[in-house]
Formats: sequence, structure tokens, C-alpha cells
Amino acid sequence: MITEGKQKIWSDYQKEIPDDHWYYVRSCIRQNFFPASEKMFTEITQKVLGKDLYETPHHTTCGGIAYHCDTIPQETVMTIVARQFALMTEAGYENYVPSCITSFGNYCEILETWHEFPELEAKIRENLWKACKREFKKPKYLAHTSDLIYHWRNAIAAKAKHHLVNKETGEPLKIVEHIGCHYAKMFPSKGVGGAEYPYVLAGMVESWGGQVVDYPERRHCCGYGFRQYHVKANRGYSVSNTHKKFESMEPFHPDAIITNCPGCPYFLDRWQYVIAEQTGKTYGKDGFGIPVFTYEEMAGIILGYDPWDLGLQLHQVAVEPFLDKIGVEYDPKAKYLGMNKEDIMRPELPKSIKCC
Amino acid sequence: MMDFGFSLSKSSTINLDTVDTTLYKKLCDMEPDARICMSCGSCSASCTAASFSGMSLRKVILALQRDQDVRPMLSNCMLSGKCTMVCPRAINTRHLILTLYRIYDR
Repeated sequence: MITEGKQKIWSDYQKEIPDDHWYYVRSCIRQNFFPASEKMFTEITQKVLGKDLYETPHHTTCGGIAYHCDTIPQETVMTIVARQFALMTEAGYENYVPSCITSFGNYCEILETWHEFPELEAKIRENLWKACKREFKKPKYLAHTSDLIYHWRNAIAAKAKHHLVNKETGEPLKIVEHIGCHYAKMFPSKGVGGAEYPYVLAGMVESWGGQVVDYPERRHCCGYGFRQYHVKANRGYSVSNTHKKFESMEPFHPDAIITNCPGCPYFLDRWQYVIAEQTGKTYGKDGFGIPVFTYEEMAGIILGYDPWDLGLQLHQVAVEPFLDKIGVEYDPKAKYLGMNKEDIMRPELPKSIKCC
Repeated sequence: MMDFGFSLSKSSTINLDTVDTTLYKKLCDMEPDARICMSCGSCSASCTAASFSGMSLRKVILALQRDQDVRPMLSNCMLSGKCTMVCPRAINTRHLILTLYRIYDR
């Protein structure tokens, strides 16, 4: 009886995720930070799982960065978003999936605002028509790309060549899952597990053989927070937030971190170097850091893609110790070879944090 | 150490299990009204020294409860007594500050 009750309560925290036919929009910054993540999403969706995913080169920014930095008003953002919806409508799709967590939060916020204030939606429709003679239908389903990978996590696990298991000991690897603040903290009902028990990444980790680390600052922000980082005077606050998270997770000895936001993997990865420079402290074993992955990169690793095709050579924290743990074969000499096998040059390596 | 133009801030986390509240308890023994402060901030809002020096009696009491050094802030008090006039709990705040001076003198 108790189990049934818990299952019923848990069902309230789920969201409906259609299995196919998605209109895909990319992030402004992810391709610069982690260049193969979005490519891997399309690869997994279209080639590995054979799903219908459509994207158009006419898509632009959602305006989220400028909105959260207080440089443009919400009505401008709404008109930009209305144009994205118009592109989806013109392409004949009803399911909208953005790659960026902030875009996802932005779309949730705008759809909710239009629901509460229909007169504002009418005004935005008029703005869009005046600006570019376009009309739109609102998406029937809105999901984040991590929702889709979560939805397909068992199908991915069934095709996996590697698992999140230490090949020497057979023990599951300890994985920290970090969810972007704009995923479910703004609109809890829009995320798998809500704001209290977000399960989107934990579900992937468990399906792929790993063990989720529960640590005190698990739900703390990564520290990016837009204005906290973009204003240089505030960057000390940004890095202090990241430091707080690492201090909190350190006693649990995590093997890796998995994230679903554009900013979080960047800052959790890069700030480890800054913290090492400022305090001399590293959080991995033997002077290494804790490797940070996007969920697409993690999916690509377990599906057996070449780590260097996943762009893992562009991470600040060395990923090789993690790859060695799960038994991924890679060519160290090919780390800095580009697509045409030409040398793309090596970065200067820091002394404060060990890199391969 | 590399200079990035910004640095880590000291953590403001307070572990209430390890905080030494000896000074706060001593203040409460000598000035029992300290216990009835509800941190409304009326004292800070009316303080003559606040806008020039950051003096805030509300923060002083809070800092004592957290075992933080209050002397730099306390040294800015001009003993004007305005805080005593506005305290909704009728705490003799001026006397409370003088008691704190006595505690630190010892």
C-alpha cells in the first residue's frame, strides 16, 4: 500500500515526453564551450535511435542571455521567441526541444505569461506580424534535450559499449549530477522530478550503471548566474559558489560530474583550474580535477564514440583518468588532431592542476 | 598565485554546533534584554553613525550569536541614544552597548 502511494505521488512529478517528431533549436554558447555535444545529440537521435528531429539554419538566439543580464525587456524576448515558434509552425512540427536550459526556462516563462495574460500574447502576435509577417502556433509539447535523452536512456543503455562501472573493481562509478537552475527551479512542474527531486540526470546515471552522489550542496547553483559572472567585479562571488560545491562534494570522492546546462559544465570545469591557481587545491585523485561532462558527451562515451570526436580534448580538467576507469580505448597521440588529422596545436598546460 | 582580478570570498557558512557563544551568553547575563531583540533593524535605521560607518546594532547582536568580532563595528557608535528611543521592545540599547564595552574591557 505504501509503495503504491509513493508511486502515485512520484507520478505527479513526471512530465509527458513524446517519443518522436521534435523541432530542435541549438544553444548560443554550447558549441563554443563543448563543441560536439549538440552534434552528438543529433547523432544519437537521428542515427542511433532513428527518430525524427528537424532543425533550421534560420533559428536565432532566444534572447535569454540578454534578458537575464537585464539588457533587453521581456517583450523583445517574447517577440524573438514568437519568431522561433513561427519557424516551428512553418516546418510542420508541434514538439519543441531547445538544447539550452536557459532557453527552456525562457520558453516556459513566456508560455506561462501568455497563459496568464492573453492580451500580451495578442500584442506579441501583432509585433511579430509587423516585424516579419509571420504567424505561429504555440508548441504542444515543450521539453529540454536532456528530457529526451532521459526518455531514451534505457534504449541508449541497450546499445552501450561501456558502462559507468570501474572495470578493475566492478564497482559503479560515483557520479555527481548537476542540474541547471533554469530547468525546474523556475517552473517545477516542467521538469522530470520537479524542483525537489529532479531525476533527469540521475535517471541517466542509474540506467548507464553509475551511482549518484548525494551531497549537501547538490542543488546549489554552479555559480555562473549570468550577472555574477558577466560583471567582472562579481566573479569572485561566482567562483566562490563553485568552490562551495566542490568543498561539499569532495568527501564523497566523485569520479565525474554530469550536467545539463550550457553554463554549468563550463564553470564547473574551468573554475577548477582557477581554484587550483588561487588555493593550490585540486579535487580529483593525484592532483587531477574531477572531469565534467555534458549528458550528450556521457552518452557518446558509453555508446563507444572516440573521445576526441566528442571534443573531450577541449575540457580544462583531464578526462583520461575517467576513460581509463571505464575501459575506453583512445589514442593519446590523436588528442590534438583535428578532423583532417592535422595538428590543432596544444594548449599551455597549467602547473596547479594536473593535465594529461 | 595568479591574479585573475577577482578571488574567492570567505565562506559565510556558520556551523551552529561549533560556534562559541560565550560572549553572547555573558551579554545576556549582564543585559537580559538582549534576548528579546527581534532583529527588526529599527536601531540600525535610526542610527546616526550607520550611513557613515556601517554601524548596526542589529548586526552586532547577530554577529555575537555567531562568534564574530564586533569590536570594529562597535567602535563606530557615538552613543547618541536614538536607537533606544525607537526600539519597539523598549530595550535600553545604549546601555546594552556600554555593557558590551565593559565585557570587552575585561
